[in-house]
Amino acid sequence: MNEKETVKEVATKPPREKKKWNIVIYEELCKGCSICVDFCPTDVLTMKGDVVAVKALERCTGCQLCDLRCPDFAIQVFPE
Amino acid sequence: MAGEAAVKVPYREKRPFDYSQYIRKGKLPHIWCAGCGHGIVLKSLLRAIHASGLSKDEICMVSGIGCSSRTPGYVDFNTLHTLHGRAIAYATGVKLAKPNLKVFVATGDGDALAIGGNHFIHACRRNIDMVILVYNNYIYGMTSGQASPTTPQGMVATTSRYGHIDPPFDTCEMAKAAGATFVARGTAYHCQELEKIFYEAIHHKGTAVIDILDSCPTYYGRLNKMKSASEMMLKVEKDGTVPVAQAAKLPPEKLEGKKLRGILYRAERPEYCEEYFKLIERVHG
Repeated sequence: MNEKETVKEVATKPPREKKKWNIVIYEELCKGCSICVDFCPTDVLTMKGDVVAVKALERCTGCQLCDLRCPDFAIQVFPE
Repeated sequence: MAGEAAVKVPYREKRPFDYSQYIRKGKLPHIWCAGCGHGIVLKSLLRAIHASGLSKDEICMVSGIGCSSRTPGYVDFNTLHTLHGRAIAYATGVKLAKPNLKVFVATGDGDALAIGGNHFIHACRRNIDMVILVYNNYIYGMTSGQASPTTPQGMVATTSRYGHIDPPFDTCEMAKAAGATFVARGTAYHCQELEKIFYEAIHHKGTAVIDILDSCPTYYGRLNKMKSASEMMLKVEKDGTVPVAQAAKLPPEKLEGKKLRGILYRAERPEYCEEYFKLIERVHG
């Protein structure tokens, strides 16, 4: 049996490391429909000219919604 | 029965799905326009096929003519690209000749319901084991946006510039009335829900008809003042549909003009191929 952590121990613990994600964009496949940009819940992506680009990778939660809704097989999110 | 708990799709790891194992080499980018929902539907289908554990050689995909019917060109299964509207007729032949194949029919709203309307209802009547995917984008996209049998009243198409006056077909009601034993509706916006519907349709024995609402931003969107693909997905697919489990609790005025999505009907009935082979056995003695 593990001993229960005291409140003090929990409070002084370093914050859990956030999982990092790597967004891969296949630019030759992207047609620039901006579905991924509009439906990203944390506003990670942006349009750069005719193709999608990453604006703020640190906000990515790895929900994969951009991958699921991309009609062109052009974006995927890999765990780092 | 409608609204029952869904079969659980096997757990998928939270990492990207490798689509390249099912896509023919060198075929991408596909011909569909920017923002077309067909690509999202295809991806959901590939994930469902992967989850069901079918091998590539066990699958045959048949299509007719139209934007949606380009699907078999990209997938690495046994594929057949046939005449306009006749996909279901060819698929019936394939299934009877090779009953161990899982047959998918990729067809559009015009292909299935107008040109191939008769084939559609008679496949449903026979209850032959196949999955019919009706990519319903409300318009004939490939030939520049003429009104199709599912174009809603009041909407603009190239052949009805002042608003469409014909009442549309309800694909699901028609399939159910004609005798299909699995009837469902999904949308490209709710792509994970669509994946579950596909998964259950693959495991169903009998005709499975899935009405898939997706978007044609190039013609339907542009003619009906919807600026982008995302706006179309929100307006038509998200706001225009209600899950079938939720619909029972909502007052009727909130359901007005909305379509139900989810598995709408499921029944058990003798399957055509099985009956046919029983007949052969009986006659041969």
